[in-house]
Amino acid sequence: MRPQKAFAALIPGLALLGMTIMSPASNALAAGGKPGGTLRLLANAAAGTADPHINYTLQYFQINYVLYDGLVTYKKAGDKTGFEVVADLAESLPQVENGGKTYVFKLRKGIKFADGSDVTSKDVVASFQRIFKISGPTAGTFYKGIVGADACLKTPATCTLDGGLSVDEAAGTITFNLVQPDAEFLQKLAVPHASILPASAPLKDAGTDPIPGTGPYMIASYDPNKLMKMVRNPHFKEWSKEAQPAGHPDEIDYEFGLTDEAAVTAVENGQADWMFDPPPADRLTELGTKYANQVAVHPLTAMWYAPMNTNLAPFNDIRVRQAVNFAIDRAAIVKLFGGGNLAQPACQILPPGFPSFAPYCPFTANSGEKWSAPDMDKAKQLVAASGTAGQEVTIITEDTTVSKAIGVYLQDVLNQLGYKTSVKPISQNIQFTYIQNTNNKVQISISQWFQDYPAPSNFLQVLFSCASFTPGSDASVNISGFCDKSIDASMADAETATIADPTRGATLWTAIDKAVTDKAPVAVLFTPKRVDFISSRLKNFTFSPQFYWIVSQSWVE
Amino acid sequence: MVNVIADQPTVPVRRATAGPWRTAWRKLKGDRSAVGAFGVLVVIVIASLAAPLYAQYVSHTDPFATNLNGEIVIGGATQPVLQPSTEGLGLGMTPIGPTWRIGPYLLGADNQGRDVAARLLYGGRDSLLISGAAAVLCLVLATFLGVVSGFFGGIVDVGLSRILDVLWAFPIFLLAISLSIVLIAQSIQIGPFEIRSGSLWLPVFIIGIVYVPYVARPIRGHVLTLMQAEFVTAAIGLGASPWRILLRDIMPNVVTRIIVFVPLILALNMMTESSLSFLSIGVQPPDASWGTIIQDGQGLLYSRPIVALAPGLAIVITVLALNILGDGVRDALDPKSSPRGV
Repeated sequence: MRPQKAFAALIPGLALLGMTIMSPASNALAAGGKPGGTLRLLANAAAGTADPHINYTLQYFQINYVLYDGLVTYKKAGDKTGFEVVADLAESLPQVENGGKTYVFKLRKGIKFADGSDVTSKDVVASFQRIFKISGPTAGTFYKGIVGADACLKTPATCTLDGGLSVDEAAGTITFNLVQPDAEFLQKLAVPHASILPASAPLKDAGTDPIPGTGPYMIASYDPNKLMKMVRNPHFKEWSKEAQPAGHPDEIDYEFGLTDEAAVTAVENGQADWMFDPPPADRLTELGTKYANQVAVHPLTAMWYAPMNTNLAPFNDIRVRQAVNFAIDRAAIVKLFGGGNLAQPACQILPPGFPSFAPYCPFTANSGEKWSAPDMDKAKQLVAASGTAGQEVTIITEDTTVSKAIGVYLQDVLNQLGYKTSVKPISQNIQFTYIQNTNNKVQISISQWFQDYPAPSNFLQVLFSCASFTPGSDASVNISGFCDKSIDASMADAETATIADPTRGATLWTAIDKAVTDKAPVAVLFTPKRVDFISSRLKNFTFSPQFYWIVSQSWVE
Repeated sequence: MVNVIADQPTVPVRRATAGPWRTAWRKLKGDRSAVGAFGVLVVIVIASLAAPLYAQYVSHTDPFATNLNGEIVIGGATQPVLQPSTEGLGLGMTPIGPTWRIGPYLLGADNQGRDVAARLLYGGRDSLLISGAAAVLCLVLATFLGVVSGFFGGIVDVGLSRILDVLWAFPIFLLAISLSIVLIAQSIQIGPFEIRSGSLWLPVFIIGIVYVPYVARPIRGHVLTLMQAEFVTAAIGLGASPWRILLRDIMPNVVTRIIVFVPLILALNMMTESSLSFLSIGVQPPDASWGTIIQDGQGLLYSRPIVALAPGLAIVITVLALNILGDGVRDALDPKSSPRGV
């Protein structure tokens, strides 16, 4: 997803990821006082639609995990077990049959949506059909393996998932049939895109009209220009502490519109409790010294990157894309993000420590496995060979301090390569969808990707497969429009191999990582760390490697 | 024989008058505030024009190129331009602050490691260029529309006045921002001229247009008043052609009004340009204007406030000087006023 996610149980070494708190923040963040109160969260801008089947941002994934439930979910825990998939609306983890191609769930009874209606198997079927009917951003990637998904992808309006999803009312079971075994199927069911919604949910983007969920909170009102107000779901009763524990705050107000500078000041003054956006660079020193006990820093499996449109000049020439990769000084960009303690230079798709990650960097001055310095001479040679120098290029950034600063730096690089470059910052609220839609003819942009779950496919397949590219759609996360049939075939092989022989599968994904990196559909910039700055009155700050801050588990004095 | 001439009563010889322009110039020279403001403006203009020299021979930096890995020697010690925090959790990078020495980074660096002083001078050049060019465009258009409307009257006046009314109906900044957003991403073609996206002429065009009604309407009103003046009536009675009346009787009286508008429109243009650039819809990076530098400094208000303060002060001083000069010019051209400070 764009701004983040994860899971770990299946992948050795993942426990080492993302679990280090750099600061002594734990003391201030520890439990204390009495649960309740109103949490005030801040973000520069809203993250678009409130529809959990469509929204693909970290900002709302984090919220949707306490508003909605799937058949399974990630354990809400502040340690490495936060990567584990646990039963949620299902009574238990499913029986896997038919050589990994059939999953049988039994739905819990007595759970209600926020509108008071019961959660039934009919809602489950309708929810999965809806993912296709509304052309959800992961319909063609996460859920394409369900039998009948092909037809649904071709004609979404008439999607039935016939043969792929069946219900046995007498036994109270729901059965998924897959075309072929999928080692990541449970992880895919655990993300908010697989939330179970009422069968009556609209068959279009719900936008600002919230759909009732089953979590401990529900959206009372949503104005993307001002506020998302969440209150307790009156019909919620805790059924699984590890899947969906009862919430502590009485109300959660997510306010939009303050700049990141103003948000830092608001949290410092106790006028707000947390800010979603990374604190601006000029405030980090202050936070790291005066407010060190209110700061938590966690490594992420994520990347900041510059997608280049492989279907538009000049980036439809691989030499130009490679030139950009050679020319970028990643160490310099790290400084714009706050320095070496907050980010590490990167130049391949998979982040360090990720499954199938093997250090690889073909775009560095001193050849080696890791990026060491830019090679501007090589970059200029490639641009000269492409004959594209002098063309106009526009960089689309978010209107946040860091994104704009990176855009200006990239403009300087592209100008040095001979292009006439301009930078267009646009609202964070719409930038992610804007750069995805081919109708906007975006040449190059600045974006971020955070794992949905810790599997290489979540970077490589989601971002670079042909199925993830939907021209003319706001939900086309393959922003580069990269589609290489041979790499697509390799991804399919790797998926299959992962089930039969995980070691071989991992090797294949490593090769795919290198192949995609070589084709340079994006310029990977750096691997970020997460800085959470919280108010002194906020208690029980719990950071899950999968959900980040588990909002429902904190309270304020 | 009677000497008629000698018998005529003696008429006292009147000293020749200085003429309205010379009188105005004398009044203006006597206005110490206006003279001081003019001096300040001259200094600002010269300093801004010297920006390339400053960048080349004093700061030794390229004010448009990022310099994130740059270093500077201060007191014999080499320091990075962007300095990492070494205290507490060691988070963040801070651009070097003002050195207060003639040389590199006199006013420190911005978050891209660029010399703020050099950018300030380049920014002044662009701000003044845009304000000045937009003022010329505005005054030429407004004068043409105002004079034509007032002089010819009738259907011409009705038509032009309604067009100006429509423009007037839009709040200035709403109109300027709307035009900027629409035009900033694409080139526009005006006859044989093309204004490219990102060009400095784009804000010139936008700012030049939005203030036209504010100048054209007073000029139209002034022309209507002049058309009722006795000397115009006399000229008509003597059979002067309309063009002669326009050029010899109307325009000289309109020119004084236009001259009064010049510093005021310049000041308004400067404010508008800065506002648009601050909102990222005026001067485009890496070019600098005082507005864009304030925007750059917005992200450094807590650690390096000088980045935003310096261009802010420059705008305040320039606009103040223009307004004081404008008042002085108005007083000087007003025959009923006496010079201040005399």
